[in-house]
Amino acid sequence: MNKHDAKGIPHTTPRQSATFTQDINSDIRRAAATGIYDIRGGGAKRKVPSFDDLLFMGASISRYPLEGYREKCETSVTIGGLHAENPIELDIPITIAGMSFGALSGPAKEALGRGASAAGTSTTTGDGGMTPEERGHSDKLVYQYLPSRYGMNPNDLRKADAIEIVVGQGAKPGGGGMLLGQKISDRVAEMRNLPKGIDQRSACRHPDWTGPDDLEIKILELREITGWKVPIYVKVAGARPYYDTTLAIKAGADAVVLDGMQGGTAATQDVFIEHVGQPTLAIVRPAVQALQDLGMHRKVQLILSGGIRSGADVAKAMALGADAVAIGTAALIALGDNDPKWEAEYNKLGTTAGAYDDWHEGQDPAGITTQDPELMARFDPIEGGRRLRNYLKVMTLEAQTIARACGKNHLHNLEPEDLVALTMEAAAMAKVPLAGTDWYPGKPNTSY
Amino acid sequence: MQTIDLTEIGLRETNKTLHAQSADTNQTAWEIVNPRGSHAIACGLDAPIEVTVKGSTGYYCAGMNQQATVNIHGSAGPGTGENIMSGKIVIEGDASQYLGATGHGGLIVVKGNASSRCGISMKGVNIVVQGSVGHMSAFMGQSGNLVVCGDAGDALGDSCYEARFFVRGTVKSLGADCEKKEMRPEHIDILKGLLDEAGIDADPSEFTRYGSARNLYNFDVDNAGAY
Repeated sequence: MNKHDAKGIPHTTPRQSATFTQDINSDIRRAAATGIYDIRGGGAKRKVPSFDDLLFMGASISRYPLEGYREKCETSVTIGGLHAENPIELDIPITIAGMSFGALSGPAKEALGRGASAAGTSTTTGDGGMTPEERGHSDKLVYQYLPSRYGMNPNDLRKADAIEIVVGQGAKPGGGGMLLGQKISDRVAEMRNLPKGIDQRSACRHPDWTGPDDLEIKILELREITGWKVPIYVKVAGARPYYDTTLAIKAGADAVVLDGMQGGTAATQDVFIEHVGQPTLAIVRPAVQALQDLGMHRKVQLILSGGIRSGADVAKAMALGADAVAIGTAALIALGDNDPKWEAEYNKLGTTAGAYDDWHEGQDPAGITTQDPELMARFDPIEGGRRLRNYLKVMTLEAQTIARACGKNHLHNLEPEDLVALTMEAAAMAKVPLAGTDWYPGKPNTSY
Repeated sequence: MQTIDLTEIGLRETNKTLHAQSADTNQTAWEIVNPRGSHAIACGLDAPIEVTVKGSTGYYCAGMNQQATVNIHGSAGPGTGENIMSGKIVIEGDASQYLGATGHGGLIVVKGNASSRCGISMKGVNIVVQGSVGHMSAFMGQSGNLVVCGDAGDALGDSCYEARFFVRGTVKSLGADCEKKEMRPEHIDILKGLLDEAGIDADPSEFTRYGSARNLYNFDVDNAGAY
């Protein structure tokens, strides 16, 4: 490129706009070409304040640590002991979040069940009903009760170990589901009582209740139908965590599942994923505050989800007051989603390993988010289950390592006082001091 | 006939007693007195028994019903017969909103009127209303039949799939993608069967059939205005 024009006047350096970035411009061109918004799977990809902005301080002279490999650090959790005759007892506080048969293949659902069971935790159905392979391979299965009620029937409800009333999910608070025609195989269509090949837009509101007073009656009905045996969870998106948690508890929930904006979805509008909802880090303290204000902390369990990836995330969630976490996207990656070994095929789809998010199109090279028999055959549910078990074990060991270093003999004994924040935003959201200071941004007149 | 006084023994004991009835129980006739508008009465039944509630009921009476017949000698609250799988529910009075929501099978008969969202998201249930139904009835109806001997309110069958609607009176307005359909002999037969089963004397030829225009089955930006 010439550095000067014909008259010898220097060119300015070509400068990309911070507002009209290459990414944004490609969005505009795509919209102009198609006339429809972009739909994709996954959670928020934008950078938001997260658990990465928190650090544990570890032991020191004032706190002594526990001996690794010698002194026990418990990880078990009981969920739903408040009202249910048979609460769920988990060996580890990491559960598998709800993902539908339809969005995922049957073998992928089986693998989730296998892996979760081997690690001593629960898995969850999704917007599509319960499949026999999932029930069969899951020691503890949570049955999602969703607005669409696809595949919903009382026989499956009674087979569940817990019921999760889904009000919202972090990727799209206030949004319904979407399963496009190409994934509606005969089996999926039959389970959902719909014609094959049509787009299925799941409702965003429940058809037979609205608001907290109705929710209380709905919970009563579900308890009566299941004989007050199993716990009833209420899942809400990270929208208004203090009030949503308060209302769920008042309606009689045994557990609250709270999902931040990094939590994934099978498919929804990109604009929804990136611009509605709050980061997981921002929602946990208000929810814990609601539990504490009602005297229900540790009685009604808080299960936090949305971008949980490691034992460090687990430990941080628990230190901030959660009783357990749930993983979805991370579990799919453990199964083999977005694995670089399929790079050539991701390239053919116009993407690259790690960025593939067109799960709704059903062309997943890894054979997980698809109903295509040939692609599905690439995925081995036994191997997938083993990988998920390994990953869950590693996360647990990591969380225990941190807890021992903080002198805790149970993950639940981690506390906000074990944490500092690297940024002011994270400090304000997590209500912990900025590292190296006694400053709690957003919390006046407080110090150590 | 076994009689349960709901006010005396409470909801839990009432439902527990009914749930304890097996498929071959000898005690097939039950009467519930003093319901006082309680919620979740006789929900989750799964035996060929007949339960008569003497009075009006609250939310979700006979919810998720299987096999049983539930008669309500009064009016029924919101969500009555929600997700019904099989069996029969007969409401002598009026029904509140969301009647038979997401129902997969069975029959619901209303002798009076049904409120808004009657048959919302219906997935195979048959609903016969002797009176009229409110707005947004059969919203997102997937399959099954809704028969209305009176009139239908606004936005009948909005965003419906393969459910059929038969209305004898007027329809205030049709919802998105719902249209008037031809009444062919097979539809007269279906309607006649439903009216007979519901014990309602009406001439099938006086009804008009409505159903999905199927224009919104796959997204097309040119239809975006319909949403």
